[in-house]
Amino acid sequence: MALRVLNVLCLLLLVLVFAMPFGWMLSTSLKTLPETMIFPPAWIPKQPVWENYAEAWKTGPFLKYFMNSFIVAIGILICQALTIIPAAYAFARYKFAGSNLLFGVVMVTLMIPAQLIFLPVYLELSALKLLNTHLGLILPFASSAFGIFLLRQGFMQVPEELIEAARLDQASEWKIIVRLMVPLVKPVLVTFALFSFIAHWNDYFWPLVMTTNETARTLPLGIAKIREVEGVATWNVLMAGNLILVAPILVAFFFSQRHIIRAFVYSGVK
Amino acid sequence: MAKIELINICKKYKDETVIDDLNLTIKDGSFTVLVGPSGCGKSTTLRMIAGLETATGGEIRIGGKRVNDTAPGHRDVAMVFQNYALYPTMTVRGNIEFGLKNRGVAKAEREKLIAEIAEIVGLDQLLDRKPQQLSGGQRQRVALARAMVKKPKVFILDEPLSNLDAKLRNQMRTELIQLHRRLGTTFVYVTHDQVEAMSMGDEIVVMHQGVIQQADTPMKLYHEPANLFTAQFIGTPAMNVLDTRDAAGLSLESESTVAKLGFRPEQAVFDWGGMHEGYRLTGEVMTRESLGAENIYQIKAPGGVFFVKTFLEPLREEQTVRVVVPYEQLYYFGPDGKRLYGVRVQERQLAAAGGV
Repeated sequence: MALRVLNVLCLLLLVLVFAMPFGWMLSTSLKTLPETMIFPPAWIPKQPVWENYAEAWKTGPFLKYFMNSFIVAIGILICQALTIIPAAYAFARYKFAGSNLLFGVVMVTLMIPAQLIFLPVYLELSALKLLNTHLGLILPFASSAFGIFLLRQGFMQVPEELIEAARLDQASEWKIIVRLMVPLVKPVLVTFALFSFIAHWNDYFWPLVMTTNETARTLPLGIAKIREVEGVATWNVLMAGNLILVAPILVAFFFSQRHIIRAFVYSGVK
Repeated sequence: MAKIELINICKKYKDETVIDDLNLTIKDGSFTVLVGPSGCGKSTTLRMIAGLETATGGEIRIGGKRVNDTAPGHRDVAMVFQNYALYPTMTVRGNIEFGLKNRGVAKAEREKLIAEIAEIVGLDQLLDRKPQQLSGGQRQRVALARAMVKKPKVFILDEPLSNLDAKLRNQMRTELIQLHRRLGTTFVYVTHDQVEAMSMGDEIVVMHQGVIQQADTPMKLYHEPANLFTAQFIGTPAMNVLDTRDAAGLSLESESTVAKLGFRPEQAVFDWGGMHEGYRLTGEVMTRESLGAENIYQIKAPGGVFFVKTFLEPLREEQTVRVVVPYEQLYYFGPDGKRLYGVRVQERQLAAAGGV
């Protein structure tokens, strides 16, 4: 009993650590600028200032940023699904000459930091006239070593008999992947999709480097620009902008958390 | 329906030869059981017929057509796996339907076939369940339905009953026999359980270390084993085998060396009043097992340990027993394990031997 109470207390503490900054962001986004500065800080604003959201939205072409972010993040997801699923299936299920070596190469790419390759990639995209385009932001992430690795593990857990049964049922390899394997690793796939979506939705560095004007600029760049307005950090507006930024992620998480929990307590296909 | 022919089949995994020069004809419409201890190559043989394994050498023919290079889905075979291999994300209906869809069967036709099959195996109430929601026996039925719905020429079953409990296993055994009668399709069945093989098959192929020991009807296997391996593999308990050098009081006359002699536990009779003629053994009872209708005794004689099985007789309590095996029930084997025929017991020695 005592252990249980302790357990719950520890968990509550953890929740607090993670939830507090978030709560603070929400609270600040509804304050007036002077209210954000008072000491001791107040959690609940006297009168919620919803106008902060409108103001944040007006500081730049936010609809455009939003659409850009959406196109880029979803575009990356689609490309990744098209590349990692067949790759992971091949690595998990086929034994071909050089398969181990190739998989090793894929794994090595996991260890190369983005900062190391952005310059050559920039030059390459520039030569291909892809700077300031959605494609330029999507293509460098069209595949994912992490995704291949994760999915390969998932595919490897599927019993061989299932695939053999499907082959006897006259299913083509594509059909086996689409109708049998993918549904079986859905929790893994959803988790990866969410990770990828969050990472690219929030990505600041790459769009910053690969865009020089507003055509393809994404939301995080837009939010960062709020700070520069009038030389003063308008924290309340900035926090409102941040909430606009994370809202889609929260929605995505809300719909996929069931799968994510399953992916982490995954104990194989029975 | 189709006959299956395996001609000079070899299977090698890297340097290891699993099957070497195997020749077998499985008759059209037969219920053929491949049986043997684990690792004897029976599953590999089965998987080569299904096309899940490629033969390193030789030719496989189904219905007279060479299928070595035909994909599993196009061989017109259906398989039931040991763990059923049902598609976990599909419903029972989806499982049965998958193969039909892949063959391009029209929707109306598919629904008719599924309804038919579901009725036969008693799944009509469960079509919208997922495999996880089914019991072992029900899953087994789904696996059967999925195989049957394709109306294949050959049914392949890889230890399909080994995941079921004893009672259900007996029930499914009967159902499979009935199913085979009803369909008249060639059944190829793999098991390591000789009881299963004997009770279901009308043709049994005993395998050991990748070599066919004997392929025959159940009764032929039981009464006329071709070698020591088959003799000891078929029957519960197995055939008793004694070294001829230890078999005191028995003088044999033969053209070749007799290394072993054997007899079935159920052919030995307790020598109650000395009425029976035959090979006599005296020994000490080590264990008694009573199964109700039958009793099994483990007896230690100077020549070795052997079993005796009696039917519908009261359990014997005495420590030392005398047992007699009629001469015509003795089997003889050469040093290589091959069955020897035409071995005669020398009559002159009989009187002396009788007194042991």
